[in-house]
Amino acid sequence: MKTLPIESGLLLAGVLFTLGLISVLIRRNIIFMLISVEIMLNAAGLAFIMAGSRWVQADGQVMFIFILTMAAAEVSVGLALILQIYHQLKTLDSDAADKMHG
Amino acid sequence: MLSLLWLIPTLPFLGALILILTGSRIPQRVAARIGCGSIGLSAAITALVGYDFLATGQASYKFTAWTWFHVDGLSPGVTFYLDSLSLVFIFVITFVGFLIHIYSTEFMQTDEGFARFFAYLNLFVCAMLILVLADNLVLLYLGWEGVGLCSYLLIGFWYSEEKNGYAARKAFIITRVGDTAMAIGLFVLFSVFHTLNIQDILVQAPQVWTIGASSAVLVGFLLLGGAVGKSAQLPLQTWLPDAMAGPSPVSALIHAATMVTAGVYLITRMHGIYELAPLAQQWVGIIGAVTLLLAGCSALTQYDLKRVLAYSTISQIGYMFLALGVGAWSAAIFHFMIHAFFKALLFLSAGAVIMALHHEHDMFRMGGLRKKLPVIYYTFLIGAASLAALPFITAGFYSKDQILWLAWAGERGNLWFFIAALTGAFITAMYTFRMVFVTFFGEAKTHISHRPGKRMTIPLVILAVLSLIGGFIELPHTLGHVTLFSNILSPLLPAVPLREGVESTEWTLQLIAAAFSLGGIYIAYIFYIQQPKLADDLQSATRGVHQFWFRGWDLDALYDFVFVRPFVYLSKWNKGDVIDRFYTLLVRLTEYFNETFVRTQNGILRWYIMSIVAGAILIITISLFIQP
Amino acid sequence: MSFYITSLIAIVATIMVITRYNMIHALLYLVVSFLAVAVIFFMLGAPFMAALEVIIYAGAIVVLIIFVIMMLNLKEESVEQERKWFSKNIWIGPGILSFILLGELVYILVSSGTMPLGSTMVDAKAVGISLYGPYIIGVELSGLLLMAGIVGAYHLGRQRRKVVHRFLERAEE
Repeated sequence: MKTLPIESGLLLAGVLFTLGLISVLIRRNIIFMLISVEIMLNAAGLAFIMAGSRWVQADGQVMFIFILTMAAAEVSVGLALILQIYHQLKTLDSDAADKMHG
Repeated sequence: MLSLLWLIPTLPFLGALILILTGSRIPQRVAARIGCGSIGLSAAITALVGYDFLATGQASYKFTAWTWFHVDGLSPGVTFYLDSLSLVFIFVITFVGFLIHIYSTEFMQTDEGFARFFAYLNLFVCAMLILVLADNLVLLYLGWEGVGLCSYLLIGFWYSEEKNGYAARKAFIITRVGDTAMAIGLFVLFSVFHTLNIQDILVQAPQVWTIGASSAVLVGFLLLGGAVGKSAQLPLQTWLPDAMAGPSPVSALIHAATMVTAGVYLITRMHGIYELAPLAQQWVGIIGAVTLLLAGCSALTQYDLKRVLAYSTISQIGYMFLALGVGAWSAAIFHFMIHAFFKALLFLSAGAVIMALHHEHDMFRMGGLRKKLPVIYYTFLIGAASLAALPFITAGFYSKDQILWLAWAGERGNLWFFIAALTGAFITAMYTFRMVFVTFFGEAKTHISHRPGKRMTIPLVILAVLSLIGGFIELPHTLGHVTLFSNILSPLLPAVPLREGVESTEWTLQLIAAAFSLGGIYIAYIFYIQQPKLADDLQSATRGVHQFWFRGWDLDALYDFVFVRPFVYLSKWNKGDVIDRFYTLLVRLTEYFNETFVRTQNGILRWYIMSIVAGAILIITISLFIQP
Repeated sequence: MSFYITSLIAIVATIMVITRYNMIHALLYLVVSFLAVAVIFFMLGAPFMAALEVIIYAGAIVVLIIFVIMMLNLKEESVEQERKWFSKNIWIGPGILSFILLGELVYILVSSGTMPLGSTMVDAKAVGISLYGPYIIGVELSGLLLMAGIVGAYHLGRQRRKVVHRFLERAEE
């Protein structure tokens, strides 16, 4: 394999992360927000793998495993909460859950 | 025996304390016994102490309880100082006070605040005793303020009626004006002498000040200001007629016998200063003379029985001030003692009359009580005779005569003082017997609802006897020259040097004085017994003057216009409270910021995420571009 | 070369995820994006991670989301709703913020020196030894986390059905 500069890899990770960020900020639907958070997590994991590959150590991949685990747990709990919100508020609009306003 | 001196003020204080703490829970009889018992014991100890003091013939006796405080060169002690002047005062206070307490047990027996009344009375007596027994001016000021406080509490005793509260407040505020002047006087004294011990000041005064020194005159005027407030002289006399809103025993004790004489006591005590400040002393006399005329004229027009007596008190204290003004110290103290007897008697019997006629205060609605209430009639008559200075048989004659004589013949006396005093005697006789004739003679217009019992009549009788025979301890030269009283006081208070060549005129002057007082009585007789219509005609003819005198020479209106109205206007203008606005500004600023920032909490999730992102960008920017 | 192509596919797929109105369409594009990232992992010498990415991310998580969407039983109007919420104006604020962030990331990357990226394989065995060696605590904690996730998801997702009389049921509807 040819060597490739790490900047392009990290740049990819950055671009993916930014796209996920834009999506979180734009979307009003809660499920879309969740999906966008997954994109962001994936991008972070990509950055870790790149770092591990650059130093030829297993640590990057170990970190990615942890991120993966966390994302799985988070998605399951988040979806359970989304179900509850849907049953309470009868809508998936995140702006409808604004009872904590000042 | 003299070592029991400290008990004299302490016993009433303990009585007051016990009554304050337990008054509402103990039966009325017990409260009465505690209240009267403490004063009675005090009076007994006074008698013992006095006998011991006079028998051993010492000049003074001092007892220090403890040192009150130490501040930068001033360390007044709680020290009681007994000499002949304070002996006279504590005798009058405890003895007359005891009689008034006994009277009050019956007078106040249907009142709910019975124990409270006695607590206040005891506290008052304690404060007054501290005032006269004080060794230094700081302790005297304590007693001074204490009597002011108790006066306020007692005038406003029936506080559920608004006007009583107003009267009490008026008394307190007006005397406060005088107290401030006195406090400034104390400050000046301290700055000159670096001590406030009375005896030290009196000893050092001739060495520090020459006669007519400006700071002596200043101190004299300031102390006079304080005395004028407490003793209800011009210009601070407007509180005393309104203070009649209190119960009659209060008027008798405080506003006849004791508190209003505190000013007399102060000036007499500091006589050394007044001897060094002739201008101040002259003004003492001028104020006394003007006040006695003013109050006498006002007393002629009043129809409320107690108000006549109030103006009469102001007038008689004017006599005392006049005596002090010409340097007749012991004459003033003698008149104080006799005045305490007959004025307390008059107030107590007036209270008995008012209570018998079911709280009727208007003289012109009374009448014909001569046959119905004989004991009260005779005691009242004796008191009135003493007040009018009926010649030879009443004590009032001798005390007032001495003042008249020394106003003319004393070294600092002059014609004007004498004429003022003489006119005052005439007016006094007139209004006194106007009071007697209208109240007790003629036909009864109100019927008697309650006869006074023994506890009220016995003190009246005792005081009546004293009003008659009390004068015999001090007879003038021409009538036997008994000088028991001034002998007691002479080591302390210097005798009055007379002008040259006037000694022979003493007999003439006495005749003139007697004639004036008898003439006044006769005119009152004409106007109110023989031809009552004459009084009404005169009143309608001189309506303007009559109303003017009735309103106390319109001083109340003047004070209202000069002081009260601008003050009320200012406080209305400041209703928004300029200074408070600053603090509310702080509050409103905080509220404003709160309202602004609370809008960032709108509950919308995306908003929060955006603020997190913005914060992250900010941090990264700072860490990138601002190198630490 | 292949790296750039794969990364381009990943970016395009993500952009499609962002801009879809229909949830299922977005999820399908998301799967594509994940697969592209898995390929990149493989290129970087982490084959085990690539496998894990496909299995867990694309296989479990996305499927879970699809199940929940199906359970919600959304109708056609949800697509319409998405269209309504998606105006042109809402791209402005987030766009600006995100591009500033991206700009700073690029700045950081460019200002540091270039480093070559090798592709020596770090295989599963090395990962396993590292996991059960120095990172054993992380493994335990991940176990705890998954346990908490399971319990939480069960408890939070439970719905107690309210017993309503049939007359009132109509009113509730």
